[in-house]
Amino acid sequence: MTVRIGVVVFPGSNCDADTLHGLRVVGAEPVELWHEQADLGGVAAVVLPGGFAYGDYLRAGVIARFSPVMRAVSAFAAEGGLVLGICNGFQVLAEAGLVPGALLRNRSVRFAGREVMIAADHDRSAFTRGVPVGRPLRMPIAHGEGCYYADDATLDELERSGQVLFRYVDAAGRPASDPADRANPNGSLRAIAGVMNRAGNVAGLMPHPERASEAILGSADGRPILQALVDSAREHAAAGRRHAPGIAVA
Amino acid sequence: MSDAVRDFRFAVNVTPREGILDPQGRAVEQSLPHLDVHNVSGVRVGRRVELTVSAADEAAARAVVERLAHELFSNPLIEAFEVVALGPAAAAGVRA
Repeated sequence: MTVRIGVVVFPGSNCDADTLHGLRVVGAEPVELWHEQADLGGVAAVVLPGGFAYGDYLRAGVIARFSPVMRAVSAFAAEGGLVLGICNGFQVLAEAGLVPGALLRNRSVRFAGREVMIAADHDRSAFTRGVPVGRPLRMPIAHGEGCYYADDATLDELERSGQVLFRYVDAAGRPASDPADRANPNGSLRAIAGVMNRAGNVAGLMPHPERASEAILGSADGRPILQALVDSAREHAAAGRRHAPGIAVA
Repeated sequence: MSDAVRDFRFAVNVTPREGILDPQGRAVEQSLPHLDVHNVSGVRVGRRVELTVSAADEAAARAVVERLAHELFSNPLIEAFEVVALGPAAAAGVRA
């Protein structure tokens, strides 16, 4: 059964075509969702792709937050619909308050465009099912504001409740918890590269799995992440389910 | 005229919250020795938004600015803001 996944296109999105392709590679039927449309057309999941929505003016992601499509995405998320934000999409979700925390300017004050390693914290979420836990996954980053920030109490709670999905790691798979570690490309607190909301149906990730979804791109390590989303979306669609998937904390 | 609408000019100063890492401020600070300045610390870089609001009175105008400052101009998680009234807008005057 094919599963339709919406990819939002904001003015300034630039990873939408890559994301559409990556989703096709893992067996989905992706459709574009224009930023001015207030209806998601019955898709089973939504991806907010990377780029510079609305020029990233004011703060990355904040102007996109108030677009018609984001009102629809917020309502979809509130009903338990699956939403994944990649890079700029993560910034949009954070600004919208759909995932916890904020993304600050990289500690280096430089745009970081290079390959990094991340590893899944666990595979008990709609976004990490089937992703090998703790194994370094190689994929690109391309951002100037990716330094994950939340206060200590929030960080503790995220870790306790399994909301941390991915961390930057070194080649041996050890989290780059020291923000000055080169394996931590932007100074993210606790090396966090990806988080999800409490309900477990909205996630944000700074690195680009869609740019690492086929061997010809130099790495296919991002593919299991896209596959997880598509498999989860397929189950949602099959069950006609609109409640949050939740998370099984071991 | 009770229904007169006037223009009010405001500025919103947005700065990183205390204790929040400010890489821009740090980069600026680290550049100061190149200007042979060695007695400056605590540099924080923010942004300033200026705007004109048409409203019946300053309180109503300020309420609009406060809302925008909270929802759009700043991210309360990481930034603080202050609203500064700049007085009646220059070229505005009273409009019916």
